[in-house]
Amino acid sequence: MSWRGISIVYRKELVDSLRDWRTIVSMIVLPLLVLPLLWLGVGGATATTVIKAAQEVPQVMVIGGEDSPKLMAALQKSSALKTIPPRDDFANLITNKVIRAAARIPEDFDSALENGQTKTVAVYHLEGDMKSQMGAERLERFFRDLRETTVRDRLQALNLPANFTKPFDTRRENVAPQRKALGEFIGSVVPWFVMLLALTGAVYPAIDLTTGEKERGTMETLLCCPVPRSHLVLGKFLLTFTSAIVTAALSICSIGGMYFASQKFLISKGLPLTDQLSLGISAKSLLALFVMLLPIAMLLSAVQLSVSLFAKSVREAQSYFVPVMLMVIMPGIVAMMPGVELNTGLALVPLLNAILGMKEIFAGTFHWGYLCLIFLSSCLYAALALALAVAMFKRESVLFRS
Amino acid sequence: MIEVFQLTKSFHDPKRGEVRAVDAVSFQCKPGQIYGLLGMNGAGKTTCLRMLATILQATSGSALVFGHDIVREPDRVRANVGFLSTATALYGRLTAREMVDYCGRLHGLDEKTLSQRRDEIFAMLGMGEFSDRRCDKLSTGVKQKVSIARTLIHDPPVVIFDEPTLGLDVLTARTIVEFIFECRTRGKTVIFSTHVMSEVERLCDVVGIIHGGRLCAEGTLAQLRERSGAQNLEEVFIRLVEEVQ
Repeated sequence: MSWRGISIVYRKELVDSLRDWRTIVSMIVLPLLVLPLLWLGVGGATATTVIKAAQEVPQVMVIGGEDSPKLMAALQKSSALKTIPPRDDFANLITNKVIRAAARIPEDFDSALENGQTKTVAVYHLEGDMKSQMGAERLERFFRDLRETTVRDRLQALNLPANFTKPFDTRRENVAPQRKALGEFIGSVVPWFVMLLALTGAVYPAIDLTTGEKERGTMETLLCCPVPRSHLVLGKFLLTFTSAIVTAALSICSIGGMYFASQKFLISKGLPLTDQLSLGISAKSLLALFVMLLPIAMLLSAVQLSVSLFAKSVREAQSYFVPVMLMVIMPGIVAMMPGVELNTGLALVPLLNAILGMKEIFAGTFHWGYLCLIFLSSCLYAALALALAVAMFKRESVLFRS
Repeated sequence: MIEVFQLTKSFHDPKRGEVRAVDAVSFQCKPGQIYGLLGMNGAGKTTCLRMLATILQATSGSALVFGHDIVREPDRVRANVGFLSTATALYGRLTAREMVDYCGRLHGLDEKTLSQRRDEIFAMLGMGEFSDRRCDKLSTGVKQKVSIARTLIHDPPVVIFDEPTLGLDVLTARTIVEFIFECRTRGKTVIFSTHVMSEVERLCDVVGIIHGGRLCAEGTLAQLRERSGAQNLEEVFIRLVEEVQ
């Protein structure tokens, strides 16, 4: 095989593609601009809402309690709650988000507390509303503190030690890295997302270099040249692969950059969430993701090239994009199902294997045996898909399909 | 030299079944000669020329182009042929110079020869001022000149022109015709297909009339006039086609 012809075709396709704004959008603008905007837009809005909700002193309503002045005084004194006078339509007020939560105090609460009787305080909230949830939690915390103070006072009155009601303690310890649970989730979402973006990066060049050329009549110009057809298709494949891998690399850089910047921002805001925020994303895991994506980008490029080559028109090629996209979406959904874990069989399933491998890496586990199997099998599938593209490029019925 | 023996191309059409686009066509064209291929739309001219340029594979029969078999040595045939048809378009985002250089490199020219050949052809076609403009910004006439430049960049001994003046203004068409004439003067083997009878009268040494995929008449213009009994070439063409219908 002579690399000269492949290299000439590749260099020409590169120049041609870089002059096309559609390729620039899908390959560079999308990962570098749209992703950060999405992250900053959605992530920023979420973070602002959470921070605002956490800093807010929730307005709550206390129903009853007229016969319990001690409790009412303690509630009024609490800096964590802002109580307002009772009304009958408290449920509507919570639903309409005028107040965050409400507590119904049973009759004779103060005296029941003194006499050792047990009373139940009902806390009302709106399920699904984060601010209502936080208001209800503040109310519950107030009553939990009151209960603990009462127990401590009673034990003291009986000359019993504070740990009288707590004869022994239990402690649960996680043997896995702290990031395991979140890392597994992020590990299946991030590679899947990057795979989808890599496919998006490959789609436009693949269509433009095959069906686009057929439609514009430049394919015949190319076929007049004394270069084997396999070399022509390899040059085109390399450009499609370049586009896919550049999109993937920029997406990874974008995700990494945004993640580290967000982490820095949240820490600067004083949120003590450093461990939970680690999410398994590190320079090492992102590099592993890039390496794992090399054969995947090859596979997706070759598949997209074959599909585009088969199409009669650019419009037909675009309509084939949905099934190819589903081919990537399905493994992502399967990987997120509970109980789906990497094993020898799944390490051979194309695309799903890479997502599961990355899931393990983001959770902090490097199964080198499986990772090698995944990499090699992905290379094999990529080679098969490329062989299909080459075979199709040699067929008149495909090249001149009308 | 082009020698065509019983060249046939069949397609399978889902509605019409087996279709013979070119049916056992034989002819030859010598160096320094222009062979004109005449025929109505769909007669099989373009398919025949595409087979000679090895873009399509022949179903049966064969052809030798500059001594190379189109079936067994397609790469060698392509290296010795310049093919220009209505379906050989230009890359719109490349400049005229880049387009011609791309084809030259694919034909294996080294950078020095390529630069020399390109400048020579551009000067001959009066394209200097357009060389750095993108092809999609060029007029139809200049585009066709770029197509001719990329067809001849490797100085092929055999040139195939399939309706090269289609859709061009009179002046540009004249430049192209003169260029084809120049190819003959330089001793190249030229096959030329067109609908324009005046171009046939001016350029062609031998004319083949193709109809329904078959070569129904062949000869010099004088021979065809004598056979049909008509003087006007358009009339000659119609009478010879009607003979086989």
